[in-house]
Order: sequence, then structure tokens, then C-alpha cells
Amino acid sequence: DINGVGQKYHLELVLEDVLDKDSTVNCTAEVLYHLGNNIPPDVQFTIEGELKNAEEADNIFYNRIKSLEKELVAENIPDSHGNVSPEMEPVHLLAWVASGYVIWQNSTENTKFQLAQIKRVKQVKRSDEYLEFDYTILLHEMVSQEIIPWQMTVLWHPRHSVQVTQDSRQPKHASE
Amino acid sequence: TSNMKLILIFSALFGASLCLETFVGHQVLRIKTRSEEEVKKLQLLESLAHLELDFWINPSSPALPVDVRIPANSVQAVKAFLESHGIRYSILIEDLQVVLDKEKQDMVYSQQRERSSNSFNYGAYHTLDAIYAELDHLASEYSNIVSKLQIGESYEKRPLYVLKFSTGGSNRPAIWIDAGIHSREWVTQASAIWIAKKIASDYGTDPSITSLLNKMDIFLLTVSNPDGYVFTHTTNRMWRKTRSKNQGSLCVGVDPNRNWDAGFGGRNSPGASSSPCSDSYRGPSANSEVEVKSVVNFIKNHGNIRAFLTLHSYSQLLMYPYGYKCTEPADYAELDALGKAAASSIQSLYGTTFTVGSICTTIYQASGGSIDWSYDNGIKYSFAFELRDTGHYGFVLPATQIIPTAEETWLGLKTIMEHVRDNSY
Repeated sequence: DINGVGQKYHLELVLEDVLDKDSTVNCTAEVLYHLGNNIPPDVQFTIEGELKNAEEADNIFYNRIKSLEKELVAENIPDSHGNVSPEMEPVHLLAWVASGYVIWQNSTENTKFQLAQIKRVKQVKRSDEYLEFDYTILLHEMVSQEIIPWQMTVLWHPRHSVQVTQDSRQPKHASE
Repeated sequence: TSNMKLILIFSALFGASLCLETFVGHQVLRIKTRSEEEVKKLQLLESLAHLELDFWINPSSPALPVDVRIPANSVQAVKAFLESHGIRYSILIEDLQVVLDKEKQDMVYSQQRERSSNSFNYGAYHTLDAIYAELDHLASEYSNIVSKLQIGESYEKRPLYVLKFSTGGSNRPAIWIDAGIHSREWVTQASAIWIAKKIASDYGTDPSITSLLNKMDIFLLTVSNPDGYVFTHTTNRMWRKTRSKNQGSLCVGVDPNRNWDAGFGGRNSPGASSSPCSDSYRGPSANSEVEVKSVVNFIKNHGNIRAFLTLHSYSQLLMYPYGYKCTEPADYAELDALGKAAASSIQSLYGTTFTVGSICTTIYQASGGSIDWSYDNGIKYSFAFELRDTGHYGFVLPATQIIPTAEETWLGLKTIMEHVRDNSY
């Protein structure tokens, strides 16, 4: 507890590669939640060792999307039965990363968000080298148990980090 | 098979004679607009009723594609219109009827296979009707120990079915297990039906279940919230609550696990909202939901229930009371030890780890929960499970994980049930 500033947490955690459970990396982090909860928490972290190199898979995905005739459009990833087609898996992973940013920006000590599902994703063709995807995702907030639709625009290129250039909470329909 | 061909021919003739709508020669086009002007042209096309165009995605913005089904005799005219305005399109479906015929064939074939093999796929998610059919099948195949009871009806008048596992006696001490009180938690209903099959088929071969059923009964409610479950299939996969109408609100449904008479109501009911639009809406009063009241009535009337076990997902937790307050239950030590033993059994199979603790300290403070009610009504062994996973798939857990989840959960349930069997109170 830091008087007049907020609550700071010191964390020691292990990061596990989603695609390779045996590949783990130690991490320490400090998270500062500000008083009033109206700005995102500060996060500092250090990683022991290196994250796996995914260059080849990144390039394959990048080239596949770049060479599509029609812009990629998809819905419900995973579907109701938890299926994600192999072609959609990178799209799913990209959403996972991008939603991490959205979750971070909207977290307080009293929230616990998870990406529940991609409701809709639409590629937006660009003239530059970046790939752009417009996602509507569903975030599950554990404490309130609410499912919150959220729009996010994601930019990516294999040699650059993922960027969320725009995001906004969407209204839920009363009839659903 | 020639039989099938005959059926198809007859139904086609029958359909034609009844003037059933066919889609022979209908094409589905995907139109890629590049400007507001092109969108407007499509909206003009939309207004021409005589073309009988059926827009699957309506023209609204240049950023989104427009999908439209065109009846056979309008196809040429529409294409000419698009081409003359330089509007680009591609053909999604050349002949819709061909696609529909194939789909119908596939469905008939798969139905035939299911009927002839007469086996329910426990490793898949099923509709309510399919689950209910399997309940009947189990009650009939294992009629010596399994019977089906109806304990009430849901808000939309669907039956609430409980399977009773019993080797006889009269009102023996019993164990209550329920699943699917929150409809989007699909792995729980799926696990419950697997568990039903497991109990029925293991009696007589597995020493533990055999000795248990020789002394006690088991009651299993596989779908506690059938209205919600149907809604997750037809409309909204993420639906959690019941489907009851709320007076004075457009929002539907009550969180059935905030509706029990345990710490209910008051201005400050923790974790339970007083707003009908909330996913944790507690309801206008305790037991207002017929799905909850039916279980309460059953348990009270039975009078000899010794354990109350409820399945939820996700988070991998094994919890005991309380949720509505953060103070320890009187039997804290025993419940904690038993919970840990059950979690250990779960882990032994596939390494899945469950965190053990009271609801309040493990997940969040929340009033109106079922195991708080059961515990405060004399059922000492009250536990709530949160099954797989920890958030990667969450509610949309892949069907491939149903059976492993059910298998490991069963080990945890067995550990608890064995303890209940050996510790009468």
C-alpha cells in the first residue's frame, strides 16, 4: 500500500508458451494500481531468458493473408463447440495478444477479464506492409460475470509488435 | 442406397406438388463496394421488390461486403446492372439448391447412422432434446438401478428431469449432484451425462460405486436450466441466466445461482446485482425462479440428502461455503481437507490442478448461492466445482476436452461421495 498513490504488487510468475507447454520462462513484475482506478495500472516486468522465435510461422501467416483475393472475414472463433480451424488459429492468437492490451488498459483490482470469443473479424486491406484487422470480441469479466462486447482495430507485421490503434466498449443488446 | 434415392425423389415430387419453395438456379453473390456511391446503388437495387432479392448482408457501408441471394430469373439482370456500374462481385454459391440438397443428404445420413448404431457420443456437445433422449435411454438400459423423475418445470415449461440411482430401500441417505445451472457452462451438462453413464455402468464392477449405491442413493440433475441451455443453442452462446421475464424491464432472466435463500437481498447483497439487465441479477425475491424452487422443494421433501454437489465452469476450483459471507463455516477443517483430497484425485488423472477454498476467499463474495443454502439447511457436504479450463477457451471448451474433464471430475466426486458414505451424520 503506497499512501496517496495506490497499491503496488510484486509478482513472480512463470510464462508458458500456449503452443508448447514445455517451453516456459520465468518472469518478475511490478503492478501499480492507482488510487481512484481511473487510469490503467502501471506494469514493469523482466523476463529471464528469451521467448521462442516464431518468425517462420509469422511469415507463413503474413504471406497467406497478403495474398488473399478477398479480405478475410470470419465469425465466432472459437465456435460454440470450441473449434478453431487451423487457418483461423493465428487470427485467434492475434486477438488473444491484442485483447491483452485492451484488458490491461481496463483493469482494476476488482476486475478479472478473459477473452471469451471473437464474435467477428474483418480484415481491412491496406496499401502499406501492415495487416489490419477489425475485431469485435467478447470479454468475460469474472467478478460481475458480464460478457462485454468490445471493438478493437489491430495492426501487425512480422517484424513489428502488435498494435491496437483503436478500441471501444460496445453496448449490449437488451434482447440478447 | 436406393432406398434413400427413392425417399429423395418422393420428397422432391411431394415438395413440388405442395409448391414448396426451391432454390434451383439461385445464386449468392458477394459484392465488394468501394465507395458510398456504390453502396447507394445497391440500396437502390434493394428497393426493387420485383427482383425478389434476399440480402444476407445488407448494403450499409463500403467497408463491409454485401451478400445477396438472387432468384434464377433475376440473376442476369442483376449481373448486368453491377457490371454496367463497374461494381465488383464474386459468386459465393453457383446454385443454392445443390448446396441445400447436399446438406439434407448429409443430415439424413448422419441421422440414420446415429439411429442404427444407437450410441450417444459423449465426446460431443448436444441439444437439450438429445440429452433428454439419452436420459430415457439410460433409464431403460439400466432400469434395475436408474429411474427418471420430473421435479418440476422451467419458466418456459420444459421438464426438469433428475436421474435417480438406487438399489432399493426406502428414502435412503442420498447425494445430490447438479449441472448446468448457468447455461453457457456447456462442459458441465456434457460431463453430467457422462457421469450418469459412468455410475450406471460401473455398478456391479467398480467396488467403490457398488458399495456406495448399496447404502445410498444418487440424484443427478443434468440440466438445471433447460431454458437457458436451449437459448445458448438457438440465440446466444454466452447466455447465463434463466429466461424469466422481468417486470418493468426489457431485460430477461435471473442468475439462478444468486437466487437461493442464503444471504439474499438487502441493499448491499454482495456479488448479486439488483438490476435485471445484469448477468448476476439476483431476482425479485429468493426462490423466485421456478428452476431454483423446484430443487429446494425436492431436497426439503426428500429430507435425507447428505451431500449437495454442483458443477460450474470455468476456473478449476473446488469450493465449500460460504459465498455470502467471508467467515469460515463450522465444518471448515473437514471440508477443506476433503476438498483437498478430492482435488488431489482430480489431479492424479491428467495433472489438472484445482484450487480449494471457500467461495468467498477463492473466487468472490456472492450471495444467494446454492451451496450456502444447502449448507445452512443441514447438508454438511456442500461443494461447488468450477471445471476446466482457466480461461484459454473458457466457456467454449473444445468438445475434445469433455471426456477428460468428466473423467477427472468423476474422481473428485467419488472421493467426496466415499467420504460421505463412510461418515454418516
